[in-house]
Amino acid sequence: MNRTRFRKLISSLFVAFCAGAVVIALIPLAFILFFVVSQGVRALNVDFFTRLPQPVGEPGGGMGNAIVGTLIVSGLAAVMAVPIGVISGIYMSEYAGGRFASVTRFAADTLNGVPSIVIGLFAYGVAVMPLRHFSALAGGFALGVMMIPIIARTTEELLLLVPGTIREGALALGATRARAVFSVVLPAALPGIVTGIVLALARIAGETAPLLFTSLNNRFFSTSLTQPISTLTVQVYTYATSPYDDWHRQAWAGALVLVAIVLVCSLLARFATRRLERMHARA
Amino acid sequence: MKSRSPDLGFRLGTGVFAVLLVLIVCGIGVELARVSMPSIQKFGLAFWRTDVWDPVVGDFGALPFIWGTLYSSILALLIATPIAIGIAVFISELCPAVLRQPLMFLTELLAAIPSIVYGLWGIFVLVPAVRSIETSMPEVLRQLPLFSGPPLGLGMLSAALILAVMVIPFSSSVSREVLKSVPAAQREGAYALGATRFEAIRAALFYARTGIVGAVMLGFGRALGETMAVTMVIGNTPQVSLSLFAPQYTMAAVIANEFAEAADDLHLAALVEIGLVLFIITLIVNSFSRLLIWSMARTVSPAAEIPTETAEAAA
Repeated sequence: MNRTRFRKLISSLFVAFCAGAVVIALIPLAFILFFVVSQGVRALNVDFFTRLPQPVGEPGGGMGNAIVGTLIVSGLAAVMAVPIGVISGIYMSEYAGGRFASVTRFAADTLNGVPSIVIGLFAYGVAVMPLRHFSALAGGFALGVMMIPIIARTTEELLLLVPGTIREGALALGATRARAVFSVVLPAALPGIVTGIVLALARIAGETAPLLFTSLNNRFFSTSLTQPISTLTVQVYTYATSPYDDWHRQAWAGALVLVAIVLVCSLLARFATRRLERMHARA
Repeated sequence: MKSRSPDLGFRLGTGVFAVLLVLIVCGIGVELARVSMPSIQKFGLAFWRTDVWDPVVGDFGALPFIWGTLYSSILALLIATPIAIGIAVFISELCPAVLRQPLMFLTELLAAIPSIVYGLWGIFVLVPAVRSIETSMPEVLRQLPLFSGPPLGLGMLSAALILAVMVIPFSSSVSREVLKSVPAAQREGAYALGATRFEAIRAALFYARTGIVGAVMLGFGRALGETMAVTMVIGNTPQVSLSLFAPQYTMAAVIANEFAEAADDLHLAALVEIGLVLFIITLIVNSFSRLLIWSMARTVSPAAEIPTETAEAAA
């Protein structure tokens, strides 16, 4: 009898430990969100989105150039990664059983695990050294490389979820494989793929390490693709590691904008996936 | 035969992009090896055994960085693993169904917060907190090698803590998937024999052990390559020390700090060589962890292979 009670006690302790683990993980999340919001709101105003950084000692200014820079660099990354990612995803799902599809899948997973700083080194060797110039283009290339495997694997998974009967219907009507994929299977999975792309964009927009020595930074407003360009993340890094209080405030505001981007994208994606699931459930 | 030719075109057309993906991965290795050649040729293996890092003189040894990377990642793993497994068990086995989705969303959010935001929070909130722990520690303990050093706040402990928080969502979500794939019969059998909840879950965990080790290793791979947050809190001092309070350095951090202002080609090459080794280490760790997760998935359900077969059948 005593033995049973002991076992039950151990069991309850274990349940308590697991619940405790969840709480322990959520504490830093709550702390981070609390500080980012409370500190960030103080420096967030219209100037932050429209003005250029001020020299040290002059209060005010903003990260207008960095926000535009982040949009440009992320956009470049998407232009490079969406076609490569989606089409190699199609290949992996279409020839899923084949040997080369496994090789591609392995490469995608490997690329996904490569540290972002190493991607930065690669982009430096490929896109900065030959041009002898830090540039927005090199930053976009680095982020694009990071984005490819995420999009490829999402596309593959979503295409495999499309019911086989749909594609078989298309093939039975005499469609070629290309026709079946591009007119029938891909459209069925498209909402999910778009969601995946948005999530991938949110993730790479928050990257700093690959940009440190590719797009570098720029104190001025620049839209040139061949010039160094300022980005939100690198700007937050520069400000956070500076000794000036006013810059620290700006860094918090930048962090708030970054977190807001991630949060909005995640919520949208969650909402979209829910709707998709409901649609599939009905079908 | 004639009707197959358009399919061949499709296969080649999409295949080219798949080849591109594979080429990028190979390209990273080749490119890093090419740029780091001067350093590899000049220092050879001594590069990894010496601890002098002097860009002015042109003398480079990477021991402190590899030490810092391994030490911080292992510490982070020690902190994160029990918590990550606890979360995985709670979400997949214990929690009420209403809480499941929100909890999954929140832990995934932890993974989505950018590294730079962790770093910012680390500098202004975590580091002062760690500093006050250090200064309030009794003098007797401070004599131990594990706690010696100046109470800066910036150092190994801050880095390990922040890494642990960042690694938890990765390990826990993969562990959760692995636990989900354990057949219900395993738990039902345990309950039928009169097992308590803990004993039944322990049986499930034991069944899933390969996959869970894989999940933990996946987290290890993340921790090894994490750059910004660690760079901002570890103190950036190249030294090999056991002390949790000593400021140290990691491989990723030294590249982030010095690369844009590298003094000369040799300095550049030395930094790229560190990157090359980081690439190889993470490659090995990640491949090994995926192998474990994959072999787990295979033993659990041969049915997992069915989707691929239907795709082939449709082809």
